[in-house]
Amino acid sequence: MKFSMLKIAAASLALSGMAVTTASADVLDTIKERGKLIVGVKADYKPYGYLDSSGAVIGIEPDLAKDVADRLGVEVEFVPVVSSNRMQFLEQGKIDLMIATMTDKPDRRKVVNIVDPNYYSSGTNILSLKSLGLKEWDDLSGKPVCGIQGAFYNKATSENYGAEIVAFKGTAEAYAALQAGNCAAFVYDDSAIVAKAAEAEWSDYEMPLQTIDDAPWGLAVQLGEDGFKELMSEMITEWHASGRILELETKWGVANTPFAQAMHDKYK
Amino acid sequence: MDAVYDWFRVLYDETGINLPFLYDSYDRNRMFQGFLTTIWLSLVCLFFSVIIGVIGAWLQGSSFKWTRRIVNGYIQIFRNTPPLVQLYFFYFAIGTILPRVENDWGGQSPILGSFAWAAISLSFFAGAFNVEIFRSGIEAVPKSTVEAAEALGFTRVQIYRDITLPLAFRVVLPALNNNLVNLVKTTTLAYAIAVPEMLYEANQIWSDNVNVTEMMIFMLLAYFFLVGILVSGMNRWERAMKIPGYG
Repeated sequence: MKFSMLKIAAASLALSGMAVTTASADVLDTIKERGKLIVGVKADYKPYGYLDSSGAVIGIEPDLAKDVADRLGVEVEFVPVVSSNRMQFLEQGKIDLMIATMTDKPDRRKVVNIVDPNYYSSGTNILSLKSLGLKEWDDLSGKPVCGIQGAFYNKATSENYGAEIVAFKGTAEAYAALQAGNCAAFVYDDSAIVAKAAEAEWSDYEMPLQTIDDAPWGLAVQLGEDGFKELMSEMITEWHASGRILELETKWGVANTPFAQAMHDKYK
Repeated sequence: MDAVYDWFRVLYDETGINLPFLYDSYDRNRMFQGFLTTIWLSLVCLFFSVIIGVIGAWLQGSSFKWTRRIVNGYIQIFRNTPPLVQLYFFYFAIGTILPRVENDWGGQSPILGSFAWAAISLSFFAGAFNVEIFRSGIEAVPKSTVEAAEALGFTRVQIYRDITLPLAFRVVLPALNNNLVNLVKTTTLAYAIAVPEMLYEANQIWSDNVNVTEMMIFMLLAYFFLVGILVSGMNRWERAMKIPGYG
């Protein structure tokens, strides 16, 4: 028993040694050698990253990833990630680069190398019937508002604006309840609401309020990959300067966001 | 009272045991509202499920073939499907095809809200079991007792109300007790259709504070005490109703 424990300890030591060596090698060389850039993107977040009818990953973030691959002169491969595994995939080296709607937070910066400046941003807004004519967050006072169980803005919406939160497990239930008229509005990420309101089925609905809790998104590379980080930082600045982000928003049917506009004005 | 609340804040700072529903006034208020909602939903469902059980068991003994068939059909449907599926069915399927009414915020909303659907759905669910429980009690009443009542000129309703049911009640109390305890625990499912009961509020609190462990322990204790109160009440009732020499 003791012997096998020792073996495991030795093996894990060897493994951790290997991990260190791969991390210290420049990932840019590896990508060029392999001829392929592997990018982690969302596949369930229309229109930022989703699947088309043939099963290919498309959207704003895959387009950005393609730009990076073109710059490096290599092919691009997409790996679909979800919020709970995206940082782990990057840490383990399963992906070279992560562009996956991730909010930039200080504790995340300790785990992965988030590149400055931020490439995008989203906040909290509501989806509601045009006929209700909501104008201010305070208009929600005393009204039932659908939400997602566990979303951090539920408490703020009810505490600050007096809304009665009716929280469901998933977005499908919340959208169904909103359509059935169980709530006056649905409080959620503005980036997702913009896309939903653009669908034909939801043409009677709008995103009427000023976005709050605006938080920037960060794309990330592995810790220690400073060369790659430098390159990505240049790319993001270029995207903002050339209006590439605004152009992609228009291409994918998203109204130009104040953040993208402000960054364009700042860097052009 | 504030000193007690503050003590729990100190407890969090010192030990990391986070009980925001005690020291944070917003979380305290919503936990308390959740507690009241759970009690109210339980009482409503207990009441209606027993009524459904009593009436259903009476209709099962009806001389009309179709009345018996309808009652049996109801039992089969509600006993053989999961209560969570029933809740979703009522709220999302039936709820959306019913007529809508003008609400006070200028929109159209379904005629019944989530609490009403939870009360209806859970009452019917527990009611289906109660019908069978009461039937077992009624069948335990000796045929000769009913015949004696008939000979004395009692009508069918009188026999059921004054003779069969009081005797049957004493037989079924332990089984009824079981089913009602289950019903109180099943009210937690209502959080799937956003009824703000205890589990729903606890979920909101642990999402905001990331104190899942503390909230889980609290929920377990809270339901343990809540159901404990119901059980001790039922046991007391069982003893009070006991007839020496019967059952």
